[in-house]
Amino acid sequence: MEQRTFSVIVNNEPGVLAKVVGLFTGRGYNISSLTVSEIDPSQSVSRITICSSGTSQVLEQIKAQLDRIVPVHRVSDLTVEGPSVERELALVKVSGAGDKRVESLRSAEIFGAKVVDSGLSHFTFELTGKPSKIDAFVEIMQPLGLSELSRTGVAALSRGAEAL
Amino acid sequence: MLTQIDTPSQTLPKVMSGAEVVIQAMIDQGVEVIFGYPGGAVLPLYDALHQQNKIRHILVRHEQAAVHAAEGYARSTGKVGCVLVTSGPGATNVVTGIADAMLDSIPLVVLTGQVPTHLIGNDAFQEADTTGITRPVTKHNYLVTSADRMAETIHDAFYVARSGRPGPVVVDLPKDTQQSETSVYTGPKNEVHRTYRPQTVPDAEAISQAVDLLMTAKRPIIYAGGGVINSGSEASKTLTELVDVTGMPITNTLMALGATPASHPNFLGMLGMHGTYEANLAMYHCDVMLNVGARFDDRITGKIDEFSPKSKKIHIDIDPSSINKTILVDLPIIADAGQALAAILAEWKARKAKLVLDDWWAQIETWRAKKCLAYAQEKGAAEIRPQHAIKRFFELTKGRKDVYVSTEVGQHQMWAAQYIGFERPNQWLTSGGLGTMGYGLPAAIGAQIAHPEALCVDVAGEASILMNIQELSTAAQYKLNVKVFIINNQWMGMVRQWQQLLHGGRYSNSYSESLPDFVKLAEAFGGTGIRATQESELDAAIKQMIETPGFVLFDCCVRKDENCFPMIPSGKPHYQMLLSAEEDLEAAIQGDGKALV
Repeated sequence: MEQRTFSVIVNNEPGVLAKVVGLFTGRGYNISSLTVSEIDPSQSVSRITICSSGTSQVLEQIKAQLDRIVPVHRVSDLTVEGPSVERELALVKVSGAGDKRVESLRSAEIFGAKVVDSGLSHFTFELTGKPSKIDAFVEIMQPLGLSELSRTGVAALSRGAEAL
Repeated sequence: MLTQIDTPSQTLPKVMSGAEVVIQAMIDQGVEVIFGYPGGAVLPLYDALHQQNKIRHILVRHEQAAVHAAEGYARSTGKVGCVLVTSGPGATNVVTGIADAMLDSIPLVVLTGQVPTHLIGNDAFQEADTTGITRPVTKHNYLVTSADRMAETIHDAFYVARSGRPGPVVVDLPKDTQQSETSVYTGPKNEVHRTYRPQTVPDAEAISQAVDLLMTAKRPIIYAGGGVINSGSEASKTLTELVDVTGMPITNTLMALGATPASHPNFLGMLGMHGTYEANLAMYHCDVMLNVGARFDDRITGKIDEFSPKSKKIHIDIDPSSINKTILVDLPIIADAGQALAAILAEWKARKAKLVLDDWWAQIETWRAKKCLAYAQEKGAAEIRPQHAIKRFFELTKGRKDVYVSTEVGQHQMWAAQYIGFERPNQWLTSGGLGTMGYGLPAAIGAQIAHPEALCVDVAGEASILMNIQELSTAAQYKLNVKVFIINNQWMGMVRQWQQLLHGGRYSNSYSESLPDFVKLAEAFGGTGIRATQESELDAAIKQMIETPGFVLFDCCVRKDENCFPMIPSGKPHYQMLLSAEEDLEAAIQGDGKALV
């Protein structure tokens, strides 16, 4: 099993996300993360970033299947096509008081997380980084009173000057 | 291939209704026939249809049949088939037909009515989420929300349906968009599509490599699929010329019968689960395989890891997702089948290449000598063998160039594929991928509409034909000469065969209980019914079927427990093909194979 990140440029039109997601469910492909947002309102173009895993044959299929969806402009396999930057944003709510509360703030500083909401019995941290960094942060916060978590999923771009 | 549209739109009134725009756009796309069934949500469209005389509407009796008829029309003409149905149940009834067209890559534009936009999502009367329901079974679909977008969307739908690997496209049309007025009408444009631009021209380097590989072959084979038919009749000619020039053997899939003439000496017959012994063994033992427009379907490959183990594989396909989907290939060529074949042929001729295949042909002749399609029919016997019935039909129509054969699904379909020799493309209409019982009669109707003078015959089973029997009424209304050749063995034959061979002879629900009297049924619909039960009656009955004007139902009562052979048992490789029931099939299919279909 290999991990891949696909970047899919699509027309921002009704049904396109359903078509992409339906492809994964219909053909039994894995999907570990999916993000989507419009990136060019003037052209009505969106980028969908999908993290998937499978054998190389299945991953090649996924790329080809995505590419033949009519409103898809282009599919890139960021993992295969060269180095890429992958980032995820997480909001992490830690509830509690006393030492644990202090410790959570200290750990957050080490990770470079920002406090975006706080009260006498909680902090909400904002953290950006590779998915593995967020995993590590979540693991540390777990015993310190992690009460709620929201992750955006991976956004990714290829490194270098070239654009899609 | 892209069809050039050269019908210019006429001078148009400044303001048209959305429905009028739809009809005008279809006229500009060259549509002559649309198959459909009216209802509340498409009344404006039916009104617009009523007020013009360029597009002929064929009223079917069930929406599923409209799609199969459009498929038969498309397959027999190479044009895009068109369907018009209402919202809700009209739309859900077309789903099977659309899925059928999707799996067999048939170009269709299916227009569905929808409740007015302000009611969408309200569970309104006859509302269904048509784009949602059809998304997995269409190449693409659209929901039109403004009459201003109507023309552009219809043209886009036709482009998508016929370009690249063809397929069905649904356009969902809310009633208010049909009624509202617009001054926006654009004709078909020949500009580059914004996102969908399939590659049709082969990479020259890949072609050169393909010829390199073919030139080294000692045991080559061409394995041709439906992509050759979809590419247009020129592709079939090129394919046949390539066979002539190289001397290579060729086998065709179920979808490609007719792509090379069946009478060609190099043609080994159909391959696959019920293909010929020589075709399957040649596939197993070949050293270079040229797959053109076929997709290594599971009916073809049998056991994947023992599929043609010694060969280098070249795969020409217009759809990149077909490459390496199930079988890993050595040389993929993304292109239109006809263009790739023409390029290979040109390169072959330029190099003055030559193959010495005497040993290979000698080997193939020993396989041919098995006569795997032989059956025992005694002259004047009390029983008619089903294979014999179909073979006699073929022999009695052999000289004719205008015979279109559709089928339902099951044993009779395989026998038709085995015993009818197709000399030309586009004359064989069958449901290959989805395997839809009920396909044949409406498909034959569609072909007959396109070719009014031709002989259009649905080779049917007594079970399948009952799935869309209501279409006899359509045949009656349009005075069609469609012939229904029912191979009646009183069983769902293929189900019975599998139950006999794999489930200990426990015939669960496969007997065709309470069959109608097909002769009276034909008469009730206004046609002619014929019956034959003995071999001595067969030829006269077939001739009567062919010669009787109007639609004919021929109830050909055949031997009940005949099985379809050759057969590659599920999960078995090509070399473990069974030629008759005497071989122990249940022992041959064990473990994983039993779970396969």
